[in-house]
Amino acid sequence: MEWLIQILNSVQYGLLLFLVASGLTLIFGIMGVINLAHGSFYMIGAYLAFTLSSLTGSLWLALPLGIALSAALGLVLEWALISRLYRRNHLYQVLLTFGLILIFEELRSIIVGDDVHSVAIPAVLAASLPLTETLSYPVYRLFISAVCLALAGLMYVTIQKTRFGMMIRAAASNPEMATSLGLDIRWIHALVFAAGVALAAFAGMIAAPVSSVFPGMGNQVLIVCFVIVVIGGIGSLKGALIAALLIGFADTFGKVLLPEVASIAVYLLMAVVLLFRPLGLFGRA
Amino acid sequence: MTDRRQFMQQAGALASAAAIGGLSPSIARAQTAKLRVGMMLPYTGTYAALGTAITQGFKLAVEETGGNLGGRALEYFTVDDESEPSKATDNANKLVQRDKVDLLLGTVHSGVVMAMVKVARDNGTLLIIPNAGANAATGGQCAPNIFRTSFSNWQPAHPMGKVMYDRGHRKVVTLTWKYGAGEESIESFKEAFTKLGGSIAKEMYLPFPNVEFQPFITEIASLKPDAVFVFFAGGGAVKLTRDYAAAGLKDKIPLYGTGFLTDGTLEAQGASAQGLLTTLHYGDGIENAKNKQFRYNYGKKYGVQADVYAVQGYDAALLLHGGLNAVKGSFGDKKALYGALEKVKIDSPRGPWTMSKAHNPIQDIYLRKVDGNANQVIGVAWKALEDPARGCKMTAA
Repeated sequence: MEWLIQILNSVQYGLLLFLVASGLTLIFGIMGVINLAHGSFYMIGAYLAFTLSSLTGSLWLALPLGIALSAALGLVLEWALISRLYRRNHLYQVLLTFGLILIFEELRSIIVGDDVHSVAIPAVLAASLPLTETLSYPVYRLFISAVCLALAGLMYVTIQKTRFGMMIRAAASNPEMATSLGLDIRWIHALVFAAGVALAAFAGMIAAPVSSVFPGMGNQVLIVCFVIVVIGGIGSLKGALIAALLIGFADTFGKVLLPEVASIAVYLLMAVVLLFRPLGLFGRA
Repeated sequence: MTDRRQFMQQAGALASAAAIGGLSPSIARAQTAKLRVGMMLPYTGTYAALGTAITQGFKLAVEETGGNLGGRALEYFTVDDESEPSKATDNANKLVQRDKVDLLLGTVHSGVVMAMVKVARDNGTLLIIPNAGANAATGGQCAPNIFRTSFSNWQPAHPMGKVMYDRGHRKVVTLTWKYGAGEESIESFKEAFTKLGGSIAKEMYLPFPNVEFQPFITEIASLKPDAVFVFFAGGGAVKLTRDYAAAGLKDKIPLYGTGFLTDGTLEAQGASAQGLLTTLHYGDGIENAKNKQFRYNYGKKYGVQADVYAVQGYDAALLLHGGLNAVKGSFGDKKALYGALEKVKIDSPRGPWTMSKAHNPIQDIYLRKVDGNANQVIGVAWKALEDPARGCKMTAA
C-alpha cells in the first residue's frame, strides 16, 4: 500500500512540475528565449493568489483575475524588453531575465513583505480521503493533478489541432518563411510569451494552498523546470510532460530509497538521458 | 619648505612620543571617536525579516542607553550579506579593512557566519553573532574575540529529547533538511533522547531548501512511530505543518520541533500548528518586567511584535554596553575588553543569562505550546543549559 501511495505522490508532484515547466518550454522552444525569470512568474502567481484571495475572499475569483493580470504583465514585458532580444545572443537574454528576478524579488519585498503566508484551500475541496488507517490524502492535491492533466490536453489540442497552433509551429520552425507567408510573427511571439507567463503564474496560484507562499519560492522551481525542459527536449510539450513525471518519480523514490543521493537524483536522471539522447527525449536537431 | 630630513625627524619624534606615551593617547582618542559598528546581516532574501528584526532590536537597546554604548556614540557600516556564503568573506573583509570597523555584528545564516568567524580570527576583530547557531562558532572555532548572543544549534534541540521521553514517547522518527543547522539539531536531540533510553526509528533528510514532504509523510504513516521530531524554519516549516495536518497525521502521531518550527509563521500555519510543543530560548508570555518593557517599547517604536531575533539583536547591544562600560569605552586593551565581555550578566527579555567560557549564552530553554497566534511558554524545559562547546580550545587574545 505504501508503494502505491508513493506512486501517487510521484505522479501528483510530476504533474505540478509539468504545469510550471510547460510555460518555460513554450517560451524557450518556440521563441528561443532563455527566460530565467520564469520562477519569478511562478512566485508572482502564488503572491497574486494570496493577495487576491484575501481581497476577494475566494480563490475561485482570484484565479481568473490573476491569470488576466499575469498575461497582461507578460504582454507588457514582451513588448518593452523581450522583443528586443530575439536576434541577440542568449547571453543578453540571461542577463536581462536575471535582472528581472532581482527586480521582482525586491518589488515583492516592498509590496507584500518578507513574511511567509498561506492560502486557504477552497471549502469544497478541503476534505481528505482516508487511504490507510493513519494516512489521508488531501482532495485538493488530486484536484491539482486533474487540472494539470486537463491543461496538458488543452495545450496539446491547441498546438497540434488548431489553426493558431499551426501558426505557432510555423513561427517556431522557420520564422522567415512564416513571415513571408504573411504571418505576423511579432504578434505570435507576444501571445506565446504572455501564455508562458500566465501558465507559470497559474501554476503558482493553484499550488499556493499546498506550497504556502514565501520569499525565494520561485528560485526553487526554476532549476527543476530547466531540467525538465532539457530532459524532455527543448520545445516539446509531450517531452516536458514525460520528463516532469520522470522527475516526480526520481525525486519521490530517491528520497525514500536512496536518501543519500536524493539531492542529485534529478540531475543523475538528466545526465543519463542526455548520455543516450543528447537532444532530450523528444528534441529535434 | 620642509626637506626630507626635517620630515623624517618630525615623524620620528611623533612616533617615539606615541611609544613613550604608551596607550594613553590612543585611549583618549578612542573614547571620543565614534564606535565603528559593521552590521553584516541579510536585508534581502529568505532571511530578510530576521536581519531587520536583529537590527531593530540592536538599535532599540542603543536608544535606551541614550544613543551610545559604554559612553561611545556609534557609526554604522551596513552590508546586506544576502545569506550568500560565497560572498561572505569579501563582505566581511570589506568592513574590516576598508571601513576599519571596531566590531562585526552578524549574522543569520550559518554558512555566512563561519566565513565571518574566519575573518574575525585572521584579523583579531571583535565578532558578535546575533543569530547563526553553527556549533563550531563557539566550539571548534571558538576564539577570545568571538561572542554569541543567540544560541548554538545544540541548545534548543537538546531539551526536547527529555521532554519527549517524559511524555512517554520511545520510538521517534526525525526529519530535517540536510544542512548544518538541521543536522546539528537532530544530532543534539538524538543525544539526549537515546541517553534516556529512547530509540530513533528512522532519520529522514531532504535536500535544502526542498519542500516536497509528501514521500516522507507517507513513510511516517506506515512506520507509525510514537512521535516525530523535526527541524524546519520559515516557508519549509509552514508547508510541513500544513502537509502533516492535511495528511491526517497531526492527531495520530504527534509532531515536535525546535521553536523555529512555529516562530513568526503562526498566522500562515493556522490550525495546522495549534497545540504543537516546541523548545526555544524565548517565547510569548515570559513574565518578567524586562520582557514587558522591551515588548512595549519595541512595539511602540516599530509597530510590530518583537520576536526572538529582535531579542538576540537587543542582547548584542546590551553585551557591548556592559563590556565597554567596564573598560571605560576603550578598545585599546583587547584582553581587558574580552574579559569584561565574558563577565557581563545580561538582563535580557528572555530572562537573565551569562556567557559560557566558550562565549555562548548559558540560558534557560523554554517549553512552549502554540495557542492561537502565540508560542505560549508553559514551563522551563532545561534550566541554565550550557553548550558542551566540543573542540573549543580558547587561546589567549
